[in-house]
Amino acid sequence: MAIQKRKAKFNRRSPIAAAIVLAAGLLLSGGGYAIASSAVAAEAAPNAADIAEGHKLFLANCASCHGKNAEGTQNAPSLIGVGAASVDFQVSTGRMPGAASGPQLEVKPVQFNASQTAKMAAYVASLAPGPAIPDASLIAANGDSTRGGELFRINCAMCHNAAGAGGALTQGKYAPNLMGANPKEIYEALITGPQNMPVFNDANLTPADKNDVITYLMFLESNPSPGGNELGNLGPVVEGLFVWLAVLGGIIGITVWLGAKSN
Amino acid sequence: MSTASNTQKKGGFLAGTANYLDERVGVAGILKEFGRKVFPDHWSFMLGEVALYSFLVLLLSGTFLTFWFQPSMAVVEYNGVFAPLKGAEMSIAYASTLDISFEVRGGLLMRQVHHWSALLFVAAAGLHMLRVFFTGAFRKPREINWVVGFALFVLGMAAGFTGYSLPDDLLSGNGLRIIDGMIKGLPVIGAYTSSLLFGGEFPGETIVARLYGLHILLVPALILIFIVIHLFMVVIHKHTHYSGPGRTDSNVVGYPLMPVYVAKAGGFFFLVFGVIMLVAATFTINPVWNYGGYDPSPVSAGTQPDWYIGFLDGALRLAPSHLEVVDAFGFTWAFNILLPMIVGVGLLAVVAVYPFIEGWVTGDKREHHVLDRPRNAPVRTAIGAAGVTFYAVLWAGASTDLIATNFKTSLNQVLTTMQISLFVLPVLAFWITKRACLALQRKDREIVLHGRESGRIVRLPHGEYVEVHEPLEEFELYKLVDFKAYQPTLARPNAQGKITIRARIRAGLSRFFFEDRIMPVTGSELEAAQHDHGPAIESQETKALH
Ligand code: HEC
Ligand code: HEC
Ligand code: HEM
Repeated sequence: MAIQKRKAKFNRRSPIAAAIVLAAGLLLSGGGYAIASSAVAAEAAPNAADIAEGHKLFLANCASCHGKNAEGTQNAPSLIGVGAASVDFQVSTGRMPGAASGPQLEVKPVQFNASQTAKMAAYVASLAPGPAIPDASLIAANGDSTRGGELFRINCAMCHNAAGAGGALTQGKYAPNLMGANPKEIYEALITGPQNMPVFNDANLTPADKNDVITYLMFLESNPSPGGNELGNLGPVVEGLFVWLAVLGGIIGITVWLGAKSN
Repeated sequence: MSTASNTQKKGGFLAGTANYLDERVGVAGILKEFGRKVFPDHWSFMLGEVALYSFLVLLLSGTFLTFWFQPSMAVVEYNGVFAPLKGAEMSIAYASTLDISFEVRGGLLMRQVHHWSALLFVAAAGLHMLRVFFTGAFRKPREINWVVGFALFVLGMAAGFTGYSLPDDLLSGNGLRIIDGMIKGLPVIGAYTSSLLFGGEFPGETIVARLYGLHILLVPALILIFIVIHLFMVVIHKHTHYSGPGRTDSNVVGYPLMPVYVAKAGGFFFLVFGVIMLVAATFTINPVWNYGGYDPSPVSAGTQPDWYIGFLDGALRLAPSHLEVVDAFGFTWAFNILLPMIVGVGLLAVVAVYPFIEGWVTGDKREHHVLDRPRNAPVRTAIGAAGVTFYAVLWAGASTDLIATNFKTSLNQVLTTMQISLFVLPVLAFWITKRACLALQRKDREIVLHGRESGRIVRLPHGEYVEVHEPLEEFELYKLVDFKAYQPTLARPNAQGKITIRARIRAGLSRFFFEDRIMPVTGSELEAAQHDHGPAIESQETKALH
């Protein structure tokens, strides 16, 4: 047994194995992407008036950075092929229109209403096929929260923390706190991979997997800790600060106060 | 028997019991002796007690947890009430922790009581140590008790770490993985030690059961024994006191242990107990259900140990990253792991032996029962401040990621800043503290010699305005002059007429400690000052007027 195990390990480390894994991964993700984009292409085309109005809004608000035809400039990437989901995510969470600032574009107050957002999304989607805004059935949050939790811990916790409280990345970048994100936003984040987040296409996480993850996150959001105030769910550091400042500090405060009273 | 029943009639049940016990084991004699021990009154003397009471709470809540906790790593399918884990495979240890949290009546409260009091136990012990350090309470005859107290602090860390790992959740498993990595980082013995400890390759199937044995048996037993020794020595040595009139190195001023102090202590126990209960009932600690069962593949962002292990985690994080592996002497040396371990263990070692270092430098063999005001031992206080700063930077080092996200800075910058701070800040802290102590001592001298500024301005007949200085009351005066300033010793030749290296080192240290010093005001100085000043009005011109 032990010897066999060792052998298996050795094989996994060999360069040929790595190449095979890499090739398989590429095939899978490429295939997944093809399936995803063909699904988008099959969708009913939004009407031309919406697209035209979307283009107008785009020219007024976005073209300065992304170019008149969303072809991209020095300041911002091309949006051709990013899909409606990306626009919807970026605009409805208040990330776009971007403002040049620190290492990561920040979330700002949302500037467009739902219909304006939809029109811009339709415009960008009309340029080339890309991930579409998810159907209500995909984000019903009625999946398996246990599996969702497992997937979350394996795929997301290293950046977003096991309780979804967020975490630091390198050079001032960070993965945000996920409490407050709605199902559509989560799904769109997964299929578009905003900024430093990787894309989780349907080959990585099937739509059902995504729904499970959403189910899990919705459970966390709607079930506060049974143990009382969560102290931001930031874990032992905050607990330690709390014990020093509030608990030990409180006890000393009471002692001094009692001492002062009795004198 | 008849006496007992007689008394029972007279004095009720309590008196009856007391009498019963007295007649059989002579408790009255013991209690009388013990009860006449005297314990002084000051809030900083209560810190040790906070630790003691937290430990009692730990024993009680921990025993409650043992009724339900099962230290097995065998895998089961969870079928409890917590929906997002239903059907998940997990260890029995984790499943039983979830059951304690969600299904045992009062279980979650007890888990939280246990964990909060664990944090409080080590925090109170740590602050208690600092009080002892900064007031010089570790000097002869209490050096051994300092070491015992130090052992308690380290045992507290051990108890906490072994307990933290029991629930076998993702967070604690990540913590164990780090320990495993550190052990494996030891040259030569690393891999063998890890394999012995975990019963094979990490995580193995036995570590939780082994830690459980340590956590509920060995470590608490050691803590209990050390607490008994610690308190026994306090009784033998008697408690120290702050200086004041009538307080000397040969007496203790305070209340007798019985009844005043015991009544107070009893009340204080309930106060500490009450605060822990209140916090445990309202604030979540270690929500293990969020983390999921341990699985070696995922690692969560923001993985940190409990605060008392934080300084070691910080040392690991702050270690420069290009030191990873050096091949030398046929072995691999992982200095990125060895260096932090040396720093952590070294820091603790210095703390453990500090009283002996200071005792050797001063050569002071007298007993001390009156505490130092921190300012009157400037170099010791400054060393303490530097040590606390060093520890604090290591500690903050364990939360570089949280600092980066919460203050919107770059993780890399935070890390570099801390690496530099680790060396610069303690030196700064030393210098500032020493200067501050010397300045405060000078001010004390001023006040003793010239009285306190009263804020009352008087106009003299010829039109000059002066401020009236009020002489101090005897009580305060005592506090300000009652200390000893050591002189640096010189390296003297020994019997063979040679100056040994040891003597040189000692002289060097002595110079380091005592070259800058402020002497306490002597009686004759005080008299001279009072004579000079007459009505305690401070001003050159006034003097000329006399
Ligand atoms: C100040 C310049 C600026 C403006 C104005 C701006 N953007 Fe952007 N946008 C950026 C930058 C820079 C990025 C790239 C962010 C990254 O990934 O680092 C970006 C990214 C995007 C993305 C994501 C692309 C992808 O790869 O998925 C979308 C979608 C987007 N912008 C849409 C818009 C829309 C719609 C508007 C107008 C409402 C807009 N942007 C206005 C700068 C801008
Ligand atoms: C490599 C780190 C990384 C991983 C892994 C990762 N994310 Fe993210 N995630 C990010 C970053 C960085 C952002 C912020 C992007 C931005 O602001 O444009 C983000 C943003 C998000 C958002 C948007 C939150 C908001 O405030 O609008 C959601 C939702 C999200 N992630 C969910 C997930 C889920 C679910 C997973 C796992 C399947 C995951 N992420 C995995 C780094 C990561
Ligand atoms: C002496 C100081 C002690 C310290 C610092 C300490 C600390 C801890 C900590 C931090 C945990 C993790 C709790 C959690 O789940 O969040 C724990 C768990 C546990 N402790 Fe202790 N403990 C101490 C003494 C004891 C004693 C004396 C007992 C039993 C007699 C005990 C029994 C347990 C049990 C059964 C658990 C696992 C249950 C659980 O995690 O929910 N502990 N301890």
